[in-house]
Amino acid sequence: MAKVPIKVTVNGEEHGSDVEPRLLLVHFLRETLRLTGTHIGCDTSHCGACTVVMDGRAVKSCTIFAIQADGRSITTVEGLEQDGKLHPLQDGFFQEHGLQCGFCTPGMLMTGLAFLKTNSDPNDDEIRHAISGNLCRCTGYVNIVKAYQYAAQKMREGGA
Amino acid sequence: MAPKTSPEIGGMGHSVKRKEDPRFLRGLGNYVDDVNLPGMLYLDIVRSPYAHATIKNIDISKAMAIPGVLAVITGKDLEKYNLHWMPTLMSDTQMVLPVDKVMYQAQEVAAVLATDRYIAADGVEAVEIDYDPLPVVVDPKKALLPDAPILRTDKKDKKDNHIWHWEWGNREATDQLFSEAEVTVKEDIYIPRIHVASIETCGCVASFDKVRGKLTVWMTTQAPHAIRTVFALVAGHVGLSEEKIQIISPDIGGGFGGKVPVYPGYVIAVAASVLTGKPVKWIEDRMENLQADSFARDYHITAELAGKKDGTLTALRIKTLADHGYTDAAANPSKFPAGLFHVCTGSYDLKAAHVEVDGVYTNKPPGGIAYRCSFRVTEAVHTIERMADLMAHEIGMDAAELRMKNFIKPEQFPYKSALDWEYDSGDYGAALQLAMDRVGYNELKKEQAEKRARGELMGIGISSFTEIVGAGPSKHFDILGLKMFDSAEIRVHPTGKVIARFGTKSQGQGHETTYAQIVAEELGFPVDSVLVEEGDTDTAPYGLGTYASRSTPVAGAACAIACRKIKDKARKIAAYLLEAHEDDLEWEPGKFYVKGSPDRAKTIQEISLAAYTNHPPGMEAGLEAVNYYDPPNLTYPFGSYICVVDIDKGTGEIKIRRFVAVDDCGNIINPMIVEGQIHGGLTMGLGPALYEEIQYDESGNILQGSFMNYLLPTAVETPNWETDKTCTPSPHHPLGAKGVGESATVGAPAAIVNAVVDALWHLGVRHIDIPITSAKVWKLLRDAGVRG
Repeated sequence: MAKVPIKVTVNGEEHGSDVEPRLLLVHFLRETLRLTGTHIGCDTSHCGACTVVMDGRAVKSCTIFAIQADGRSITTVEGLEQDGKLHPLQDGFFQEHGLQCGFCTPGMLMTGLAFLKTNSDPNDDEIRHAISGNLCRCTGYVNIVKAYQYAAQKMREGGA
Repeated sequence: MAPKTSPEIGGMGHSVKRKEDPRFLRGLGNYVDDVNLPGMLYLDIVRSPYAHATIKNIDISKAMAIPGVLAVITGKDLEKYNLHWMPTLMSDTQMVLPVDKVMYQAQEVAAVLATDRYIAADGVEAVEIDYDPLPVVVDPKKALLPDAPILRTDKKDKKDNHIWHWEWGNREATDQLFSEAEVTVKEDIYIPRIHVASIETCGCVASFDKVRGKLTVWMTTQAPHAIRTVFALVAGHVGLSEEKIQIISPDIGGGFGGKVPVYPGYVIAVAASVLTGKPVKWIEDRMENLQADSFARDYHITAELAGKKDGTLTALRIKTLADHGYTDAAANPSKFPAGLFHVCTGSYDLKAAHVEVDGVYTNKPPGGIAYRCSFRVTEAVHTIERMADLMAHEIGMDAAELRMKNFIKPEQFPYKSALDWEYDSGDYGAALQLAMDRVGYNELKKEQAEKRARGELMGIGISSFTEIVGAGPSKHFDILGLKMFDSAEIRVHPTGKVIARFGTKSQGQGHETTYAQIVAEELGFPVDSVLVEEGDTDTAPYGLGTYASRSTPVAGAACAIACRKIKDKARKIAAYLLEAHEDDLEWEPGKFYVKGSPDRAKTIQEISLAAYTNHPPGMEAGLEAVNYYDPPNLTYPFGSYICVVDIDKGTGEIKIRRFVAVDDCGNIINPMIVEGQIHGGLTMGLGPALYEEIQYDESGNILQGSFMNYLLPTAVETPNWETDKTCTPSPHHPLGAKGVGESATVGAPAAIVNAVVDALWHLGVRHIDIPITSAKVWKLLRDAGVRG
């Protein structure tokens, strides 16, 4: 299959690559760039394990072709930590035991990154709706909600 | 229980933050699909569109014409090596790839090996298979009719679809009590087929080194050591030898029982790697995972409970059809084909019970594995908790009062149940009372009465479950003959740092943290200086793995015992260093000191160094120990859950207003992790109670084969769980712990169903099978003449 050149900025670094038009963004990230923190859980865009932030919006990278990301800027879980300091969301998940097997966690974090930019002081119900496109089979969500609240507070206080 | 160690040491009772989190939070976990080897090939599987059909022809020519497709493997290819069938963990047989017929929709029919994931998928599309459909049996009751087509024609003497009959208990005594009973209740309870649906699907990377003859398989398995032995037994004749098989279970994205069995995809990937000498990756997609991997439950239960008008329960009688699909590929201990279903007398002091289960073949995927529960315990708990509630409502007694009246009393432990289990410890009344206090039970009852008078639908449901976990004592528990011990191997390094390895495998439970806390508790090493490893069969001691809440009861005990062996030696070394008699030494976490002279002390770190640099004459150098722990009994965690629901009369929608969960898992290693396990377990109880079910139409087509229609609870449906605890230590476990990973999944569904039925009882509703969808409730309301 003929390949198409694309340029995608991932975690602040521009990557040029020739890709098949049918290559999913999640496979581009995981297999072409070897950024394996973004996971695949369902193929039908229900589970959200593959969530990344593209141009500020949380998107499911299993349902986007790599060529659709041409010229765009993407943040993955690997891009959250800055200068050796965990993002408040990562810290929140750690402090509040917001993860168990860790498989849904990158998607949960990336949904949170986009969400907290639009709502810096959410209530629990707003958080629950924000993560309703991200399935977690381990935690029962209670501590994920707490982790978001932890991060929101830290970010309001100027943590990030 | 107040912790015995300081927070810096971080032994039992401390909510130590998890040691596994830093890698997961950075996207640096190593799950099986993250494994990437040079020259790796990709395997994808062609699956059957039919539930039962003869394979007339497989044409691979178009697939082979695709550039990058290297091979298409069929059952006939595997037949040459006698690898087309494999044994199941229940000593039944299962096809790896079929030679002549398929037995369920989505069954593996052929496998495409290609240079790329996408090309392999192209190859799958291009394989052309000519089928001749056969009559399909999806209903186990119809499967037992005399004119039902016989499914397992591969078994020469098989004349029906009946797999096995199993019964337990005293039939005569039970029947006698029923004939004498003042009141009996009877109910048909169907516990449907569901799927664990861990967010990570199953898969493997198999890599065979032709020169060294070594096979390494990274695979999503909860039981790597047992898998190694199974591979050696199944494929010994083609040259795989157990010392040259290395199973690596990397980070696992949830297991819940679904990653115990050996699936055909693993075997085909191994065969492909052995044949090509190249690494081969096989990763399921979600549809394959839901449609073909082992399912849970599918129990058709008829239960009867006998008692007196004053609410005294006397006897339980159960008959069950167990739908196992086309093969019994459950993962039960071999002596118990219905698992531990005979813990079904639950938390109650019954005089007699009798339970019968018949296993049946149908045209569905194989299994009967667990869904986050210890071998059919959810089925048992659901049955007894529904029946107890039914009895309470039938005789007009408060459901809590009936439970309190019939609970096994604290002074009766150790308690021999009517079905021969020896319950280790419990205080069921205390747990229920705490749950009632927390939820405000009496006020809720008043509110309910007022609302009912106004025509509003509100229900209160209780579940007072007793679990049975930690399999198990070798006298009764084995899988394929392998006794169900588990193991710990602990090595203390000269600088006072520790590596501890186990035969279990965490799938999110946090073993790297909790096992380290056990070492900290026993030996006083700070938790940060203990590295825990599991899942690599080349380095970890042999164990049966993590499922059935057995890690803390079995491997956790092994850890404590191994630590105590080390401590015994450390005491001798300390006595030598302090020039004291070892009997004159006292221990406090982290050091030995001479009685009466606390400043004459040696820390565990000093002792560690001395074990390699200045050990007593005549003593072996080093400081390490191994323990293979054979538990003397199972452990019996318990709890009481209370669920409060409000039901919308117009839509039938169930709103869980409150859910209070009081658990008792004995002594707790890490309270934060225990609470997290309960939150997750409750949510995996909510799912099957209200949303999750896998159904088939009469042609055997799966109706919930993706996340489009197999509905996992999201954060929106999931209530804000309220948890609390009582603590009744296990008397036989070295740490007094019992295990907790599955309690909530086992106990929660009955509380939810009991609440819904309680809300609708006055309308004539006696029972609703799970999942209780809004549609089911809406229809019941309409049938009862209720309008929104």
